[in-house]
Amino acid sequence: MQFGLTETQETLKKSAREFLNAECPMTTVRGIIESAAPFDAALGSKIKAQGWTGLLAPEEYGGHGMGMVEMAVVLEEMGRALLPGPFFSTTLLAGIILSRGGSEQQKNKYLKPIAEGDARATLAQFGADRRAHFVTEAAAADFIVCAGPIDGEPCIFVTTSAPTTLTPSLDLTRRLYDVDLRSTPMDFLARGRSAQEILDSTLDIATAGLTAEMTGGMQRLLEITVAYAKTRKQFGRPIGQFQAVQHLCADMLLMTESARSAAYYACYAVQEQLPNASEAVSIAKSYISDAYREVGNRAIQVHGGMGFTWENDCHLYYRRAKASEIALGDAIYHRERLARIILDKHKHSTTAIPAMPGCRAQQSHKEHAGKNAVAHQGRKKTSPRRTATNAQAAAMRTAQSPTTLRDSTSDANFNSAILQSYIDISTIDHRCRNKN
Amino acid sequence: MDLNLTPQERAFRDEVRAWLFANVPANWERDHLEDTMHQRFAFLKEWQRKVYEAGWAGVAWPKEYGGRGATLMEQVIFTEEMARAAAPQLANVLGLSLVGPTIIAFGTEEQKKRYLPKILSAEEIWCQGFSEPNAGSDLANVRTEARIEGDAFVINGQKVWNSYGWAADWCALLTRTDPQSQKHKGLTYILVDMHSPGVEVRPLLQMTGETEFAEIFFRDVRVPIANALGPIGDGWNVAIGTLMHERATLGASVQVTYRRQLDRLLELAHTVERDGRPAAEDPLMRQKLAQCHAELEIMRLNQMRSITKINQSGVPGAEGSVQKIFWSEYNQRFQQVAMEMLGAAGQLTKGAPGAIDDGLWAYSFLRARGNTIEAGTSEIQRNIVGHFVLGLPKSY
Repeated sequence: MQFGLTETQETLKKSAREFLNAECPMTTVRGIIESAAPFDAALGSKIKAQGWTGLLAPEEYGGHGMGMVEMAVVLEEMGRALLPGPFFSTTLLAGIILSRGGSEQQKNKYLKPIAEGDARATLAQFGADRRAHFVTEAAAADFIVCAGPIDGEPCIFVTTSAPTTLTPSLDLTRRLYDVDLRSTPMDFLARGRSAQEILDSTLDIATAGLTAEMTGGMQRLLEITVAYAKTRKQFGRPIGQFQAVQHLCADMLLMTESARSAAYYACYAVQEQLPNASEAVSIAKSYISDAYREVGNRAIQVHGGMGFTWENDCHLYYRRAKASEIALGDAIYHRERLARIILDKHKHSTTAIPAMPGCRAQQSHKEHAGKNAVAHQGRKKTSPRRTATNAQAAAMRTAQSPTTLRDSTSDANFNSAILQSYIDISTIDHRCRNKN
Repeated sequence: MDLNLTPQERAFRDEVRAWLFANVPANWERDHLEDTMHQRFAFLKEWQRKVYEAGWAGVAWPKEYGGRGATLMEQVIFTEEMARAAAPQLANVLGLSLVGPTIIAFGTEEQKKRYLPKILSAEEIWCQGFSEPNAGSDLANVRTEARIEGDAFVINGQKVWNSYGWAADWCALLTRTDPQSQKHKGLTYILVDMHSPGVEVRPLLQMTGETEFAEIFFRDVRVPIANALGPIGDGWNVAIGTLMHERATLGASVQVTYRRQLDRLLELAHTVERDGRPAAEDPLMRQKLAQCHAELEIMRLNQMRSITKINQSGVPGAEGSVQKIFWSEYNQRFQQVAMEMLGAAGQLTKGAPGAIDDGLWAYSFLRARGNTIEAGTSEIQRNIVGHFVLGLPKSY
């Protein structure tokens, strides 16, 4: 057993750090934030030259076919540099879903240009109203992979043209868009159960990658905060000499190192397709969602008045921390996923992930109640206890008004939750059997 | 990165597992439930002797001193398998985890031959004499005096918070050999026979009602000079070596204990009711239990990374302090979650009708208060991380 980076991985990490230090310093990050362009083409072509866009993709589609641990090494450095732009949405979200679904012809058409660094893409998860919200870097995308229910059936398709609207949000380095898919051309990759499976496994892998990226951000906050605590003087001595400050920094290290353990294990688990991969992902995302935000907060506090200024970089990371916490399922979502594994083991395979708050923003109460009734019918065989829990969860959901939910919605889990809870696998089975 | 066991590690694991399956006494926990502390300890000593005779004690210790000469990873596998088999713990906790490794690192050939095999066989039980009434976190303030008279130290002073002091045959004692010296200079680490004239052990009644710890008084206790471990006057470095081991290795064993306790709580979640339904269905409890599970897994992963690092560098580093903070504070959070989940019955103590697991949870809740104090307080650990890991200026 060896839980550390190999020599090759260390070399990759070092070269990624050197590249990003040189090509993506904070002045560049701030330049991109202020730019109106949907993405920075010059930086994009330099990243393409590094070969990172094809790191994960199979060789037959122009990639290098490397593992998720190698990807994690690069993502950690990207997170450390706060790299803005469509790399994550293209390579991790769209790239992974395309490498797992679609025909050879579709892979050649979509995955290959991604791997070769010639196309940018993203993933949009839409609801029953065929609109997608919180879509990452949609304006930079040459095409969008879309996942959601069509007539109650989970579907994944690619569209090359869809109207996008920027929705200004906290993270200035990762822009979010509304995407209208109501009259868009659709090139279908998968439908039904396989669509659900492709999406689920993609989200696990992408989430693992996101946690590695988040760890890099934590690392950078720790570094700049410790450096500041060593040089900033008050009462005639560096503030880092005061235990109150030292202990804040010590906890930042503890959280960062713990995040690193969890993130790398999650990436390793999805790479090796371990049976507990989803669990490892939820452990990492639940912990790191809280930890990155907390490290960001402590970084700001140690920087004092300086930390509260626009000029200081801490807030840019803190913004990313909050957005990353929300993306792909927040801590509460992933803890519930864990609870299903550790508490509901015997029922786990038939249990859908619960809806996240906000998933009904696009649905009326009436529709919602109807869907729940369908879901319950499909779960006839489950234990009375499980039904009680579902009924209770449904009651909790209906107690909240759609308007407030819209305000508190979170991006990816917003729609993935629709897929995962309203399109219950058991009801899909039922329908498929009827069709046959 | 390769988290699979190597073929050698797998073979080792299978062998340990088979041996434990055949040798762990059935129902030992139930059979020894009513034991006094001393009866139970006698049973654990007997168990360790059996483990030693089968060649499993001191997995990573050199063969020539009775160990198995295996890797640190195999040591960890052994610890995990012991827990998996719900085997009794080995009696000589401090000898195995602290004193032995320190003797291996600093001892003379004669000392290694003399002490190590008997640590492994539990023939000689060890305690550690570091803390004093005025040298707790400020350990370098040690005042227990070891005056050199001819070929012997004459020891006078008082030690406190000595785990297993009541059971110990030997004590790893931190003393001041140079009365003019200050702080970490002039200290000497001495191996003291607890049966020597002038040694008095008094049990220390703890807030849990137990006497797990002791106070030890030394009055003109004569110890041969040859019993100094490491050079005279260099005791601080030797003691720090011990503390590093304590922090690096304690984590590995507590993690396994915590896992068993969390698994038990998860089991109870299906039977204990909150608001007329099993706690396992309470959304808030589910969140809290999942949080404990995640943290405990991360603790295990941190340890795996740390073991990999120690394997590469050969010595435990100051990062052990990070582990110490993690496990001690985790356990306090966990015990609180357990008490919340168990509700009113959680407060019932041993022997009370309706006490869950015979009061184990009420006991553990109190016992956990000590976690952030023993083996270096959380505050001291954070100072160590701040200064030695992050390079911040020393605060004191």
